Amino acid sequence: MVTTSATRTGLEVRLDELRRSFGGVPALDGLSLTLGQGELVALLGPSGCGKTTALRIVAGLDEPDSGRVVVDGDDVTTLPASKRDMGMVFQAYSLFPHMTAQQNVEFGLKLRGQDGGQRRTRSIEMLELVGLSDQKDKFASQMSGGQQQRVALARALAIEPSVLLLDEPLSALDAKVRAQLRDEIRRVQLEVGTTTLFVTHDQEEALAIADRVGVMNRGRLEQLDAPEVLYSRPASAFVAGFVGLMNRVPTTVTGGTADVLGSRVGTLDGSIAEGQGDALVRPEQLTVAAAPGATSTVVHLSFLGSYSRITIRQAGGVELLAQVPAATVSDLTVGTAVTVSLLARTVLVASSDA
Amino acid sequence: MTASPRVRARRRLAAFRITVFVVLGAFFVVPLLSMASFSVRVPARGRTLDYWKQLGENPELRSAIVTSLELAALTVALMLVLLVPTMVWVRLRVPGLSRIVEFLCLLPLTIPAIVLVVGLEGVYAWVTYFFGDSSLTLTFAYTVLVLPYAYRSIDAGLASIDVVTLSEAARSLGASWFTVIVRIIVPNIGSALLSAAFISVALVLGEFTIASLLNYENLQVVINLLGKSDAQTAVAASLASLLFAFVLLVLLSFVGRRSSRRVTATVAPAPATSTTTPREA
Repeated sequence: MVTTSATRTGLEVRLDELRRSFGGVPALDGLSLTLGQGELVALLGPSGCGKTTALRIVAGLDEPDSGRVVVDGDDVTTLPASKRDMGMVFQAYSLFPHMTAQQNVEFGLKLRGQDGGQRRTRSIEMLELVGLSDQKDKFASQMSGGQQQRVALARALAIEPSVLLLDEPLSALDAKVRAQLRDEIRRVQLEVGTTTLFVTHDQEEALAIADRVGVMNRGRLEQLDAPEVLYSRPASAFVAGFVGLMNRVPTTVTGGTADVLGSRVGTLDGSIAEGQGDALVRPEQLTVAAAPGATSTVVHLSFLGSYSRITIRQAGGVELLAQVPAATVSDLTVGTAVTVSLLARTVLVASSDA
Repeated sequence: MTASPRVRARRRLAAFRITVFVVLGAFFVVPLLSMASFSVRVPARGRTLDYWKQLGENPELRSAIVTSLELAALTVALMLVLLVPTMVWVRLRVPGLSRIVEFLCLLPLTIPAIVLVVGLEGVYAWVTYFFGDSSLTLTFAYTVLVLPYAYRSIDAGLASIDVVTLSEAARSLGASWFTVIVRIIVPNIGSALLSAAFISVALVLGEFTIASLLNYENLQVVINLLGKSDAQTAVAASLASLLFAFVLLVLLSFVGRRSSRRVTATVAPAPATSTTTPREA
């Protein structure tokens, strides 16, 4: 358990209109974002969307062309990385190879002039926090990838940073370790209370541990919301397509409603006002039932334990993906004629070319 | 009972290995033994260690040994001070310049020593003007001379670690650039630096051409002069400097092996054959 000295209320971090381009190609195009005290915000997006650039600018490892980084009211945009008081865990293993786990954790404390006794106590405390106090005398080469990243987390937290920055720290790990460490990062972050910016391209990771998730595209923030809001009420076609699986069902919007798979449903904010477009429907928002003589047929069926995924081809050639409880579709096989209906009462309708 | 074909093949391979080892061993050892024998032989008086004692007693030789050792130490120091921060900086901040830096560092390899001396003569007029005419001013020329070997060794060391991530990790923890280089980079390329240093020492101790043509005295120049009046002592001094270089190379291989066991990073040792280059120059 962490002592009181280790616990500290997180600080507010504000990114104001950050712009950065590389060789004329914009990586950040006016990114603005505020992280509340002690909040964990995940930046999610495809490769090249600017999320890592944003994190590196916050860390002081890169400079913006314009815009500001404000921590607790202080503009730190021009401060060098070494003076920013931010802990960072990197995607690549970054433990100093010539130091033991404990020496790694003590490194930042030594630079802050703490005496040997204090350093030892604090480093053991931090290693206990990540469950590795028994590995304190090991070198990086003697530890697994997951252990190294946990030590890196302990090292970043040991200096009691004003902000914790996590740059895809789990991407080099195998799936099982990744899931374990993901939960551990969240537990530790809640325990320590440090404001945290977490960059990842893995939506499951982001949705699982973040207070809010920001989806980035082409250097801009498309949507910043709680994970459940992001998933159920995506603000744009890009967010809808990037977070989770999504069907595009051709439809026409009239008077704020749309006819989707035979149901008339409301449209979400961000939908087109009138005319033809695509309704964005999640696979779990569909139900499937066998109906001899129906025009849609099952073309693929995957049993995934408690649920099944079914690919259905409609009469017009449009394919839909449905995710339903396995028990409800035990009578379906490839080629079965089925009807597909919509469970949702509101959907996002995007223009067909979005 | 006759041995199986497999055992016979193994024996033949072992015999081949021993033959190669003996022939190549003899190729290296016989000249050294001949030198050793020559350096302890006095016509009509048998064997004596008097010539070896001369190494410590002959004032010119002693002074030359000290000068060469000082030159080696100064060259290593200047080379490390110039090369390590430059190479780290290029890797971190201006990777686009790495090819140019590599080209400049390897350039001395392509220039024959005699051509180098012609160029250095003009430069050394200024060196003498500012630093006097001490043999230790050869440090500047030798630093240029050892650049290709030192560059290769340090480059291999830097390539074996993730310099960018380690530096950024240290910077985020509050380290200045000086701290990053001294406390993070240098300890992790320790064996590469030792390798660069040992190779430089071996090169400087064996260097003759530049010192002789620029009219400075170092160990090889004095051995050459001594050879004209006292061949046995000159051979004893040559053998001693060769053995010193061998010891350095053996140490180098041990250092490399030990440090690679401790950390993940492994550093390729510098080419051992390069020690012979100055003697050939």
